Amino acid sequence: MVTVSTANTDNGEQNAQPDRTLIQIDDFNAWYGDFQALHGLSLQIPRYKVTAFIGPSGCGKSTLLKWINRMNDIIPGAHAKGELKICGEAETPPGRDTNILDPALDVVRLRRKIGIVFQKPNPFPKSIYDNVAFGPRLHMKTTKAELDELVEWSLRKAAVWEEVKDRLHGPALGLSGGQQQRLCIARAIAVGPEVLLMDEPCSALDPASTLAIEDLIFELRSQYTIVIVTHNMQQASRCSDKTAFFFEGRLIESGDTERIFTKPEQKQTDDYVRGKFG
Amino acid sequence: MALPKALQNRDFRSTRVGMISERIIVVLLGLCALITVLITIGIIYMLVTQSAGFFRSDFVSLRGFLTDKEWTALQSQDLAKAQFGILPLLSGTLRVTLIAMLIALPLGLITAIYLSEFASSKIRSWLKPTLEVIAGVPTVVLGYFAILVISPSLQWASGGAFSTFNATSAGIAVGILCLPMVCSLSEDAMRAVPRSLREGAYGLGCTPFETSVKVVVPAALSGIVSAFLLAFSRAIGETMVVALAAGTLPTLTADPTRQAQTMTGFIVEMIKSESEYGTVQYFSLYAVAVSLFLITFAMTLLGQIVRRRFQESYQ
Repeated sequence: MVTVSTANTDNGEQNAQPDRTLIQIDDFNAWYGDFQALHGLSLQIPRYKVTAFIGPSGCGKSTLLKWINRMNDIIPGAHAKGELKICGEAETPPGRDTNILDPALDVVRLRRKIGIVFQKPNPFPKSIYDNVAFGPRLHMKTTKAELDELVEWSLRKAAVWEEVKDRLHGPALGLSGGQQQRLCIARAIAVGPEVLLMDEPCSALDPASTLAIEDLIFELRSQYTIVIVTHNMQQASRCSDKTAFFFEGRLIESGDTERIFTKPEQKQTDDYVRGKFG
Repeated sequence: MALPKALQNRDFRSTRVGMISERIIVVLLGLCALITVLITIGIIYMLVTQSAGFFRSDFVSLRGFLTDKEWTALQSQDLAKAQFGILPLLSGTLRVTLIAMLIALPLGLITAIYLSEFASSKIRSWLKPTLEVIAGVPTVVLGYFAILVISPSLQWASGGAFSTFNATSAGIAVGILCLPMVCSLSEDAMRAVPRSLREGAYGLGCTPFETSVKVVVPAALSGIVSAFLLAFSRAIGETMVVALAAGTLPTLTADPTRQAQTMTGFIVEMIKSESEYGTVQYFSLYAVAVSLFLITFAMTLLGQIVRRRFQESYQ
């Protein structure tokens, strides 16, 4: 069912290469006011892989996800300590390490580099075309032709082009939930990010749309580093390369998805992936 | 799929310019907000300092102002005999406002329930504009209407018990004036109630009327109450109708058939009279204005408290 793109041989090779850490997390702690949501977490997120965060509700997985592109800035009282950085040498083109927690960091640039897709599809009340063109219009100077090309490319990448190509200027809110979510993915990749964060991207969708998005995620990892938060264990096992299991604000175990699901080292992980709790 | 040209170029706009202009914009927005605060402070400063001139005068005291039962600022030629008790003016304002609210609140709320829960889109499409027409009628026309239509009708119906200028006809006209405001704000509040709540009520076997009265109205209560309070403030502050129709005699009574000069009505008359700057009469203007301001301010505060309280219980 899942077909990995073979058109781009470069990326096919990259997938076979050993892991190169793109996002380095070390002794990371996060709070909402006085409540500590994350405790001394260490984790490496490899480039061009899909990393899944799993765990029961309230375990802190979404908190960590939202710190990666500083979405928590807009939550009053949210603060964090520890190391959270983008490893410069893993970037294209290679650069210096970026400390994501640096208060002086240009978060606009950070978020252009690290896009996010939310749980509920949230297209703007504009046309399909304008939704995808929204980011590019903000961030780059393009000609009309370049923008058209970019919009089409993004929609194709997000596997929604065939369904919307005849109504690009129709309202985005007229699309089905699954189409809206793929539109949101198209919107996110249209500004050329390196990382895509996905916060339970399928939990509001029906099984068919979920499958379409999962295929898409698997496909996209040839060009993007993807971090996905999910409640759905099958989803994690189907579409991720790496899995990190969170429980009560701590990272219990992380590693290759296959190993986590077949030979977990910790009992808690074992119980969780076998559906004993959570 | 080849990368599109725009992404190959990676010709991103500098975010530095964006960050600087963002900062400038925030400062500008802050300045605009500051202006409204400064205007408010300016008005309060002026009201307080000018009314201080009133209370400093030998002819009045704060105690007398609050408790005396007569207001004869314009009636007595002799300053020494003039009475400055706010109660008659206050009673006039309250009578007119109360009558207005008796008309506007029930009628407005019922119309809003009908519009939001029962009316077909066709009925809505002409009922709403009709209400908006009322909102568009100049208050001076309504004042006229009160003297020339409502007041004679009342006199005819009561066998002459009403005086030509009376609190009731002014109150009815002010009520009509407030009606569209109560109606459209309450309707907005009810329409904002999520459909899931209505479905929940229908799912338990409620009739449409039970649903709207037992579920929708309580859920929209914060919005409805703030609509009421807003209408109340509007009625207290309404000037043209009462200046025309309520009469010019301040009376301390509960009798709605008699004349009832209101606080706003007095201010109009005072400004149009020929009192000189610096006289007690002149300064009394500000004392009345401060009282009026305090009442509407209290209403605004109350509205905020109510909104906060009810919103908490429904979210």
